[in-house]
Amino acid sequence: MNSIIEMFSYSFMVRAFIVGILISLCASLIGVSLVLRRNSMIGDGLSHVSFGAFAIATILGFAPLEFATPIVIIVSFFILKLNNNSKIHGDSAIALISASSLAIGTFAISVTKGVNTDINSYLFGSILSINRTDLIISIILSILVMLLYIISYHKIFAITFDEDFAKSIGINTDLYNMIFASLCSITVVLGMRLMGSLLISSLIIFPTLSSMQIFKNFKSVVISSVFISIISFIIGLVISFIYATPTGATIVIMNLIVFMIFKVISYLK
Amino acid sequence: MSLIEVKNLSLGYDNVPIFKSLNFEVEENDFICIVGPNGAGKSTLIKGLLGLIKPMKGKIIYNGLKQNFIGYMPQEIKVNSNFPASVYEIVLSGTLNRLGFKSFYTKSEKDLALKILKILEIENLKDKNFCDLSGGQRQKVLLARSLCSTSKLLILDEPSNNLDSKSKKDLYKTIVDLNKNHNITVIMITHDLDHNNLIGNKILSLREDNIFFGSTSDFVRSVHNE
Repeated sequence: MNSIIEMFSYSFMVRAFIVGILISLCASLIGVSLVLRRNSMIGDGLSHVSFGAFAIATILGFAPLEFATPIVIIVSFFILKLNNNSKIHGDSAIALISASSLAIGTFAISVTKGVNTDINSYLFGSILSINRTDLIISIILSILVMLLYIISYHKIFAITFDEDFAKSIGINTDLYNMIFASLCSITVVLGMRLMGSLLISSLIIFPTLSSMQIFKNFKSVVISSVFISIISFIIGLVISFIYATPTGATIVIMNLIVFMIFKVISYLK
Repeated sequence: MSLIEVKNLSLGYDNVPIFKSLNFEVEENDFICIVGPNGAGKSTLIKGLLGLIKPMKGKIIYNGLKQNFIGYMPQEIKVNSNFPASVYEIVLSGTLNRLGFKSFYTKSEKDLALKILKILEIENLKDKNFCDLSGGQRQKVLLARSLCSTSKLLILDEPSNNLDSKSKKDLYKTIVDLNKNHNITVIMITHDLDHNNLIGNKILSLREDNIFFGSTSDFVRSVHNE
């Protein structure tokens, strides 16, 4: 108990706590549709793109969040286009984009002398890197993600379940796909600081997969994912503070444990 | 007055037409079966009617019917084998075209969904997971969803595909009943060309060299003369 009180006496921990909860919430919402449409790779690809964008922003001296967000959104539209094009295999295209961005980012950081950037903190996240501006931007953007998600919830369900039918009853599926890609991009960019580019996609995928083991309708999967995501984050953050373990990795391990528990329960049922 | 007029229509992909200069009219309360070999453009025509693809040439005119108020039942849906969706959630999503700028369902949409579940006699499946259902039950759920989005016209793309003969009969009986007793116009792609047992009053037969549109009895006569 004392260590929890101690934890909140550090302002960077308070910031990480707030931003983390908001990101966990957004990531789990976005995740349900991504996983169910078998597009989890998009989340992974975008996280690597945002690594490249962050690296370049640091070198050029731009503010990372403001620089990376539009770039990742544009790339996400591009990936959507690729996915709709039957001539190109979407998944291999995403793999190309994601490896290239990772390479460009690493290359750019290593050839630039005098920039003291720790690649590790981009790859695996760092709770120290969240400053006040990040906090404010994160709060605003996550509220945006949540509002848009709630407003379009039923349409997102219809499109996730059967895109052709959704189109046939006049839902502008292209528009909603773009909105959705933007929400996904924003979430990935925000979460990258905390979780790192290699781990953020797990925040998107794990809660949905865990929930699907037990829950059998869309609404309960969405709600359960949000809870799993937030609880895993809080426990992971506290453990990582007390035992000085890497935050991102600890949170992912918490998600893994929840997944295994749910899997066991589903077998017992 | 006809519900839909198709005039000189050419449809295709990447500028290659699958069929050219198609003409036909859909009257109210018609039950039209679309038949033809694979690749004749049956599903393409339906996508055209639904506005999912644009005509290369010609026109589709809707009279007193909004294009997005057509009920569409796809051949099969490529859904994850463990997609978490209850029957009620799926059927309710058919009413989305009635919402306009609203974001949430109101009582009238929920009542409609329940009413249609009752008409199709699947209200007992309401809370079941879609993926746990049998083939015939799934098709009925998709039929219920398409009924939620229309009060006039149903378009069905081989609804009996992958069904055993009992479920098939059952499904056709339901569709015929909707057409006769609920005044719903039906356009249906079918592979079941059992000439002694044709359903519907009109047939559109798509063949490269020979397009037929007319009453079912005329079609049977013309086939026998060949």
